[in-house]
Amino acid sequence: MKFDLDGLTVHFPYAAIYPEQHAYMGELKRALDARGHALLEMPTGTGKTAALISLITSYSLSNPSRPLRLLYCTRTVHEMEKTLAELRLLFAHLPSSASRSLLALGLSSRKNLCVHPKASASAARDSVDTACRRLTASWVRDKAASDPESVPLCDFFESFDRAAAAGDLASYMPPGVYTLADLRALGRDRRICPYFLARQMVKYANVVVYSYQYLIDPKVASIVSREMQKECVVVFDEAHNIDNVCIEALSVSIRKQTLEGAERNLRRISQEIDRFKATDANRLRAEYNRLVDGLAQRGNLPISDTWLANPALPDDILKEAVPGNIRRAEHFLAVLRRLVRFLDGRLDTENVENELPVAFVASIHSQAGIDQKMLRFCYDRLHSLMLTLEITDTDEFMHIQTICDFATLIGTYTQGFSIIIEPYDERMPDIRDPVIQLSCHDASLAIQPVFDRFQTVVITSGTLSPIDLYPRLLNFNPVISRSFTMSLTRDCICPMVLTRGSDQLPVSTKFDMRSDPGVVRNYGRLLLEMASSVPDGIVCFFVSYSYMDGIVNSWNEMGILQDIMQHKLVFIETPDVVETTLALDNYRKACDCGRGAIFFSVARGKVAEGIDFDRHYGRLVIMFGVPFQYTLSRILLARLEYLRETFQIKEGDFLTFDALRQAAQCVGRVIRSKADYGMMIFADKRYSRHDKRSKLPGWILSHLHDAHLNLSTDMALHIAREFLRRMAQPYDKTGSGGNKTLLTEEDLQNMAQDAMEM
Amino acid sequence: MESMTIGAKYKTTLRDPGTPGVLRMNEERFTFTPNDPRSAMKLNVDFRSIKGLMPFFGEIKVEMRKSCDWLRGEGHKFNKVDGSKPAPPLLNLSKDSDKGGGYMFEFDNVTNRDLSRDFVARVLGKQQGMVPPKPNVLPENSVTTTGEEQLSPEEILRRVKLLQEDSELQKLHRKLVKGNILQEEEFWATRKNILDDETNKVSKQRPGFKSAMLADVRPSADGRTNKVTFSLTTEIIHQIFAEKPAVHRAYLDFVPKKMSEKDFWTKYFRAEYLLRTKNTVAAAAEAAEDEELAIFLKNDDILAKEARLKIKRVDPTLDMEADAGDDYIHLPDHGIIRDGSKETIDNDGELARRTLSQDLNRHAAVVLEGRSSDVELTDTKTVAEALARSKKEPPPSSISDDTNHERLVKVARMTEIEDLQAPQTLPYAPLCIKDPREYFDSQQANALRSLGGANDGRHARNCGLSADDAFDHLLGQISSIKVNGLNYPVVQSDVALKHWTAIQELLRHFWSSYPITTSVLYNKVQRLKDAMTQIYQKLQDMKESAQPDVRHEISQLVKPMTQALDAAFNHDLEQQQKSSKSGNKPNGF
Repeated sequence: MKFDLDGLTVHFPYAAIYPEQHAYMGELKRALDARGHALLEMPTGTGKTAALISLITSYSLSNPSRPLRLLYCTRTVHEMEKTLAELRLLFAHLPSSASRSLLALGLSSRKNLCVHPKASASAARDSVDTACRRLTASWVRDKAASDPESVPLCDFFESFDRAAAAGDLASYMPPGVYTLADLRALGRDRRICPYFLARQMVKYANVVVYSYQYLIDPKVASIVSREMQKECVVVFDEAHNIDNVCIEALSVSIRKQTLEGAERNLRRISQEIDRFKATDANRLRAEYNRLVDGLAQRGNLPISDTWLANPALPDDILKEAVPGNIRRAEHFLAVLRRLVRFLDGRLDTENVENELPVAFVASIHSQAGIDQKMLRFCYDRLHSLMLTLEITDTDEFMHIQTICDFATLIGTYTQGFSIIIEPYDERMPDIRDPVIQLSCHDASLAIQPVFDRFQTVVITSGTLSPIDLYPRLLNFNPVISRSFTMSLTRDCICPMVLTRGSDQLPVSTKFDMRSDPGVVRNYGRLLLEMASSVPDGIVCFFVSYSYMDGIVNSWNEMGILQDIMQHKLVFIETPDVVETTLALDNYRKACDCGRGAIFFSVARGKVAEGIDFDRHYGRLVIMFGVPFQYTLSRILLARLEYLRETFQIKEGDFLTFDALRQAAQCVGRVIRSKADYGMMIFADKRYSRHDKRSKLPGWILSHLHDAHLNLSTDMALHIAREFLRRMAQPYDKTGSGGNKTLLTEEDLQNMAQDAMEM
Repeated sequence: MESMTIGAKYKTTLRDPGTPGVLRMNEERFTFTPNDPRSAMKLNVDFRSIKGLMPFFGEIKVEMRKSCDWLRGEGHKFNKVDGSKPAPPLLNLSKDSDKGGGYMFEFDNVTNRDLSRDFVARVLGKQQGMVPPKPNVLPENSVTTTGEEQLSPEEILRRVKLLQEDSELQKLHRKLVKGNILQEEEFWATRKNILDDETNKVSKQRPGFKSAMLADVRPSADGRTNKVTFSLTTEIIHQIFAEKPAVHRAYLDFVPKKMSEKDFWTKYFRAEYLLRTKNTVAAAAEAAEDEELAIFLKNDDILAKEARLKIKRVDPTLDMEADAGDDYIHLPDHGIIRDGSKETIDNDGELARRTLSQDLNRHAAVVLEGRSSDVELTDTKTVAEALARSKKEPPPSSISDDTNHERLVKVARMTEIEDLQAPQTLPYAPLCIKDPREYFDSQQANALRSLGGANDGRHARNCGLSADDAFDHLLGQISSIKVNGLNYPVVQSDVALKHWTAIQELLRHFWSSYPITTSVLYNKVQRLKDAMTQIYQKLQDMKESAQPDVRHEISQLVKPMTQALDAAFNHDLEQQQKSSKSGNKPNGF
């Protein structure tokens, strides 16, 4: 359909539109007009993505002065696939002149894009990267030019290189939408490397869909996102966890194994230096000269030589020259050795230590004689050295890179970090496993460059409550900040708070209650009763892996699991990604064929983060317990202290906010559209308290009736049966009377006319 | 009269060691005389009370010492199995397929079992499938019966099985064939298609694996001795093989070349026991000592290989593996560890840290895949081989499924918003119910139960009633009568409907007999006519006996049946008039 929104013609890929989507587009348009940032919360299952991409695309179609440049960031690869599918649908509905000129593509790592039969066979990402470098690094290709027989090259990359030199890459990639699978198919078909083709075409593409880290994580961002202009519109979808992504991107941990590995790496590097000195001393001299000129030249490296870049160097530092005392390879190596030895000494502690970067840098200076400026350049200096030494198996050198990451971060930032040295994990105090954790507390550090660089950044998700907290956490000023509720045709979501089990005793995952066999049994009975009366898929979320493991084992011993399996098949999320993916695939199959299944998953886990359990894939979600973070963690305590001092956010508030956004995120995955329906059970007595409950997003709260706040298993079962019976009745999709929940083109025209008359 | 005498053991339950004795069978009854004359296990049973037979193998029992023995240095001496038997060949004569009562005999070997199975099959075939020979039987009849005598035991077994599986067919068969209205051959002639093996196989609903985790065999300890016992049946073995391809491969490799089946399972359960008790130290020690046992403790390499193939074909909207491949934030030593949200997993060595979660996932995947072979589960060897055959069939197609249309459709379905666009029809699999009559009867019974409430017909009697209680009781009675009264027509119509299938069958035979060209057909039509008259009478009775308020409905229901019968009678009358007019007798007379 096509409609007019405040003078803008919007192309929308469906025949009807939800009023929320219409309002959402209106806000988004205002943000684009104002060239500012936006923060928008809209419930899941109301078509955020469709609304976003249709508006932004339509906006640039009617404003030729602002051509379409959209960077769409998703958290996961599968969300990327879904977004690209929506884009494909949208492009099919655009006027043909527009859709014939637009290019949209997804970008991922070599692991997901490589089509070279040997290189892509490796299971791990690092080994694919290394295998690729072995075939495509510039010195390898130089060597192959002189000795084509013995040095294997990648044909796919060679044809890419020829096409790039001839400047006709675009002919390989006609306008359209390219998912990762499409890119691979294209690569195989035209015998060209899809990874480098995609990376090169990112510059010309109208829409680029990729993962958060390509913008946020400075290690990756400087490779792929360097050339993006200010005019780009950046969208962070499902961004409720963005603060965690940001702080993770700037955190480093060093363990005993890291230091041992780093020493091995240093020995190897020193051997290489000796070898080069004997055979090709000119190379080292050339490097020295380059370093005198400054590091900025790095930009001219061949595309195949780049790798993870400096974690946090602002642009102005890049123009500085490397300090003189680490320009020579041997000197730099000696500095690194001293640093490793220093860290090793610090790791040998018996007590927990908590330091700020300034103090830590000072002690490095006094004990190892390395000053802050040297630390700051460590990463780039190492990078340059490894290029000079023509090292291709970069995954082997992970450890020394970690050390340099660490050095650069503490050399660059004085605020927002703390260094915590723990001799053991306090949950397992008898196992000595010391670690130096550099943990970032300030989410704004990583994302600040993004806000500064692009004129419009849209942060959106289904759960951004309380919405005023995010601008503080991320330190930015949105021009639009709004939370939408959901207008429902019928009460198709049914949240419940279950506080008591079938024996009327309270249930909770509070620390003192979680291992109580009565609670375990009550939780099991709840699931069993629900499994026998809810059709198709049921999803259960637990507070942690260890808790899930424990409770499933107890259920198995009590025989509850066997009873559950009489009704539905059971699948479980495990730490192994491959196994979990297959389990999910089978879970969907079981729901598709009508067998019905239960999926056990973990809040904050990978499944909770990005897998949808909409329609028959999830008719019921049970959240067992409140997913609080592990509050005794020193890292968390340090972060809470920082938040309190810097943003005046109370510890308790933040913890509850964090737990409830995770819970809301878990249960929110059941709804995909207004035709869908699902139940949500919060099974913990603590949810009935107002301070917890009120942190849930508005669209859940508005459906949480007072009568559903303090249920026991039998009452919940009764409500579930009633709800399912009600949902099975036919209903009018468009909504009745004045409460329209589905707008057609005609409705929109009438609305526009009404507005004109007023 | 045929008879057969054979040595066997009579068992009351599967676990029962059995009473040795002699089994004598003739065409009417079988007797069992125990060797020990004092034993009370004498049997003398009429074959007419036997409804079905099932040859099968009993369970394998594996007993072993508890692990604590093994931990004491000399433990490995006790490794041997204390009293396991190979699966004995059994024959089960069931009295009623629903109630499960019956007689179980154990034979010395499979040949004896099969001989007696064939004998019983013949007898039962005569019992259930044939007209009992009567003195007034017509000569034509005896011709057909001799024809039946030549039926192979397999054929009879198949017919018996069909009748067992379909209760409605069985009722019809009892009514028509036993009631001497139709002959065995005539009855089956119209059902050639279901007798036909091929069509049977295609249409038959295949039972899948059970949802229960059979492979998770729990040991039973007797509490007195330091011994645990694992019990195995072919069903369990099948599931173990399907869920653990490495065990399956090991079985095919080792049994019987390297070790006996008994030893194999003992080793397997030793390994399982070690895993279950999480006794990693003992597990490592055992594995180092015994390389066959180590196979069961290791990670399943076949599964890992399968997983790598399957992962390429998963729905891209949930491919978390691709996700991990794109994640540069969680490089080793980057990001935050130990903040409580992540738990460190320590992987030590190649010995499996197999967890319950993995077992659950694997089990559910196997159940979902379904059983691919249709082989009757008789013994371990056939199970293992059938599974191996079915495994070989599908070669993993191509590695690259990038252009796979199905994946695109899946993604599209996961993204589009249903109610914003025109509805689309989803693919469905047709419902296949094995025994429709039984299914719908049970459904109706359920419905009635829920209507009538839980106290249906089960009112607790309490003598010392107070006035209130009495009033409540009366109220309950009245309301239940109300409900039952409402239900009454449903029950009535159900009876009428039962006649309907019989009428249909009779009419089909009736019309197919015209034109009457042989005396056989003439006789058949006479018999059919008699039967139809009887049913007609029954319908009339039912109509008249019905209560006035439902009589109209009943007559509405019965009307099409009586009309169809009337048409048949009229036709018969016309034919008779025609033949008498022309003076022709039906052929041959």
